[in-house]
Amino acid sequence: MPYIPHTPDEVQQMLAAIGVDSIDDLFDEIPQALRCASLTAIPAGQSEMLVQRLLSEKALLDGTPMCFAGGGAYEHHIPAALWEIATRGEFYSAYTPYQAEASQGTLQVIYEFQSMIASLTAMDISNASLYDGASGLAEAVLMAVRANRKAKSKRILMPENVSPVYRQVVETIVKNQGITLELINFDPASGTIDMSTLSAQSEPFAALVIPQPDYFGSIEEVHQLTDWAHEHGGLVIAQVNPIALALFEAPGNWGAEGADIAVGEGQPLGVPLSSGGPYIGFIACKQKLVRQMPGRIVGRTVDLDGKSGFTLTLQAREQHIRRSKATSNICTNQGLMATAVTLYLAFLGADGLQKVAAACVANTQKLIARLETVPGIEFPFGRHVFHEFVVSLDVDVNRVLESLAEQDIVGGINISGQFSLANNACENLLLICVTETKTEDELHFFTRTLNDVLCRLRGSQPDDHQEEEQLRRNNDD
Amino acid sequence: MSDIPQELKYTASHEWVRLEEDGSLTIGITEHAQGLLGDMVFVELPDIGDEFEAEQDCAVVESVKAASDIYCPIEGEIIAVNEELEDSPEQINVNAYHEGWLFRIQPLKEDDLDGLMSPEDYAALVESESN
Repeated sequence: MPYIPHTPDEVQQMLAAIGVDSIDDLFDEIPQALRCASLTAIPAGQSEMLVQRLLSEKALLDGTPMCFAGGGAYEHHIPAALWEIATRGEFYSAYTPYQAEASQGTLQVIYEFQSMIASLTAMDISNASLYDGASGLAEAVLMAVRANRKAKSKRILMPENVSPVYRQVVETIVKNQGITLELINFDPASGTIDMSTLSAQSEPFAALVIPQPDYFGSIEEVHQLTDWAHEHGGLVIAQVNPIALALFEAPGNWGAEGADIAVGEGQPLGVPLSSGGPYIGFIACKQKLVRQMPGRIVGRTVDLDGKSGFTLTLQAREQHIRRSKATSNICTNQGLMATAVTLYLAFLGADGLQKVAAACVANTQKLIARLETVPGIEFPFGRHVFHEFVVSLDVDVNRVLESLAEQDIVGGINISGQFSLANNACENLLLICVTETKTEDELHFFTRTLNDVLCRLRGSQPDDHQEEEQLRRNNDD
Repeated sequence: MSDIPQELKYTASHEWVRLEEDGSLTIGITEHAQGLLGDMVFVELPDIGDEFEAEQDCAVVESVKAASDIYCPIEGEIIAVNEELEDSPEQINVNAYHEGWLFRIQPLKEDDLDGLMSPEDYAALVESESN
């Protein structure tokens, strides 16, 4: 039963007042062809008890596997205090509240969030957050096209080593606005953006997207790329992992002038992997682009008595005022996740975040060193990575992942066949992620299990794998 | 009744148009329009060399209350923009007909001015809108 407080009599009175016969008539202006004629695929409602049972069963299916999958969603330790605080009644709101200024505490949290994101990215200004990293990148693309009027171009240079999911979301959101995404190849030897493909671009473009690290985990030459884009009249959109920013140069410091827009997925900062969401996008930019920024922005101000307070600001960009000319159709923020991100960054501080990032790098390099001892594993793009890397296997990746799953291991993401490689040398590609959560024992267990699986699938006897001894020998060298 | 100079032409969307000696046109928003919009905080101007059709939106003025599109009164090419407004958009409030000018266009057709409103017609429009 829907929770609508109006009685049938009241509904009739309201309809009569505006001269309409039925609620259906209110939707007359939507052509029949565009309506969902029938929703028969959706089953009838069920009781609370049955729904609760159904959802519990579904939740149990996730289990607690040992996870080496990343690709945009990352497992990190979340301080226990974080969700204890974030789920307090005062904070527990999904979006920017209505009459936002009546909720000064909420606005202050968002203001702190913006300050932290601006600081992390070394940009002048951040908004109150977006829905997720992928739609955030789409917003950044739209923003760049609006802002770069000089280029008079709706072309975006989109490297192929930006997450395929992100590229797909961007394509879906911008394709009907006449914006074209020009795919830029990666160097098959390193996985990073191919400078020669980029240099061959002769047409004007609105912006170049630079992922850091890229989808393969590799570290891009961001300074060189940024300067190249600026020299050719394009803006730079930095698509970054926020944890990596604790170690890497912040987008605001890329090249001579810095990136123009920084965008990314905030999930690694305190938001758990919960069956695919909710996530949170962040976006920050240079001061001169602020009026092209989508979404809500909280500002700090003083009231008539000179007391400090917080307020939504620059709202003339937004949909409720600017209507169809608004910078975006987003008119809220990802409130609860922004609160979690703010708490995460506050708990860890700059030092803590740096330690997490360093532990990710150290663990990743440890696993790479172990996997180098396993026959049949190659590293097509090398090991100059943050916390993810690509391996090529001599057997079918899906079968490997299925076998690992039997041991309760999520072994990574199968990215075979998704990328156009110069040669067909690496048909079986697996993307593996290691964060600070993994112990030496787990890395050892993963390596040994993967070796066993590879041997079995290859049809060879599990050779006596000399991982530990090999590692010792390597270390002695 | 707000100030409506006799030597200017007007549009129904509250722009004023001044015919310059060299045949170009200077465009701004009227005293009446700036009064309705309130304190200006930002102006987005077209680029020199941009071409616009009549009634195409070509600039944005943003006040504390709203952001409004400015329409090109006749077909033409932008030959100058008031860059002073970038740092001091309040010039539009202070003096809408002089320091508050927005941009200047070179019309592509000569007889286009005939379609614009006379000061009398514009005064009548303002009168009718305020009733």
